[in-house]
Amino acid sequence: MIRLRVNGKERTMDGPATVQELLHDLKLHPATVVVELNEEILDRERLSEVRVKDGDQLELVHFVGGG
Amino acid sequence: MSEASQGAEAPTDPGLTVAGRTFRSRLMVGTGKYADNATMIRAIEASGAEVVTVAVRRVDLDRTKEEGVLYHLDPERFFLLPNTAGCYTAKEAIRYARLGRAAGMTDFVKLEVIGDENTLLPDLHATLEAARILVDEGFKVMAYTTDDLVTALRLEDAGCVAVMPLASPIGSGLGLVNPFYIREIKRRLQVPVIVDAGVGTASDACVTMEQGVDGLLMNTAIAAARDPISMGRAMRLATEAGRLAFLAGRMPSREMAVPSSPTTGMLD
Repeated sequence: MIRLRVNGKERTMDGPATVQELLHDLKLHPATVVVELNEEILDRERLSEVRVKDGDQLELVHFVGGG
Repeated sequence: MSEASQGAEAPTDPGLTVAGRTFRSRLMVGTGKYADNATMIRAIEASGAEVVTVAVRRVDLDRTKEEGVLYHLDPERFFLLPNTAGCYTAKEAIRYARLGRAAGMTDFVKLEVIGDENTLLPDLHATLEAARILVDEGFKVMAYTTDDLVTALRLEDAGCVAVMPLASPIGSGLGLVNPFYIREIKRRLQVPVIVDAGVGTASDACVTMEQGVDGLLMNTAIAAARDPISMGRAMRLATEAGRLAFLAGRMPSREMAVPSSPTTGMLD
């Protein structure tokens, strides 16, 4: 079991898992979000390679309305 | 009247060029505060804006809100300009700028570092600090600032591709409070000066453009109008009218009347 913090909330996952698998669990398409893993932006091409590990902090962001 | 101008329309505006990229409209609009996305799209279309600003925020993992704004704005038709709104430190703004670049695949960023919650006035020191770092990282920084000339000059020196002084505080609708400072910034800078924030209605947009600035950015004035679609169109016309009036060169104002009709040839 891996304990993560995703967008400020605790989340557990069966490991090992990649970031792409996490997005899939969350029903998010990789093309529609930007992933920041422990304050480093992950290139989209790397989402299927990089594995999440216990204690990782992830931010999943996108564009919203703003001025 | 010269032959070339006889019967012809006024010359068409070549548009606004920022860092080598030309936009057809001098009006840029925000995408926040709309009642719904359908109204937002129609209001933006009515405004004629090509550049639309967007914010970077967490995806709502509970899906209680509507999807991201990208689903509604066709990137072929609109240039999405990520902002760093809501950031209070240089570090935070840099983080948001990087996320915006990754999300939008553009080096352009509207840098905004707020210094005071009540007025939302920018932290000029932090804005300069963030601008320098972002320019080093290859960003094309369009910096939100006050109407302070010295800061505007420093932002240009730092390599910002546009400087964006306020007309008045964000969301206030107070209009252009200091035309002299805005004119002075425009006179002294080489990079485009785009007035950002404070416009409340069409006359404010027109007066601001009459100062000779290169462009305007607004959000609340359109989004919070009773009819945002009509206000979008009003802002388009006002921006164009103000630009044209600036280029045309206004008559001198004087505090006395001067007759428009001949004073000779009157009957006895």
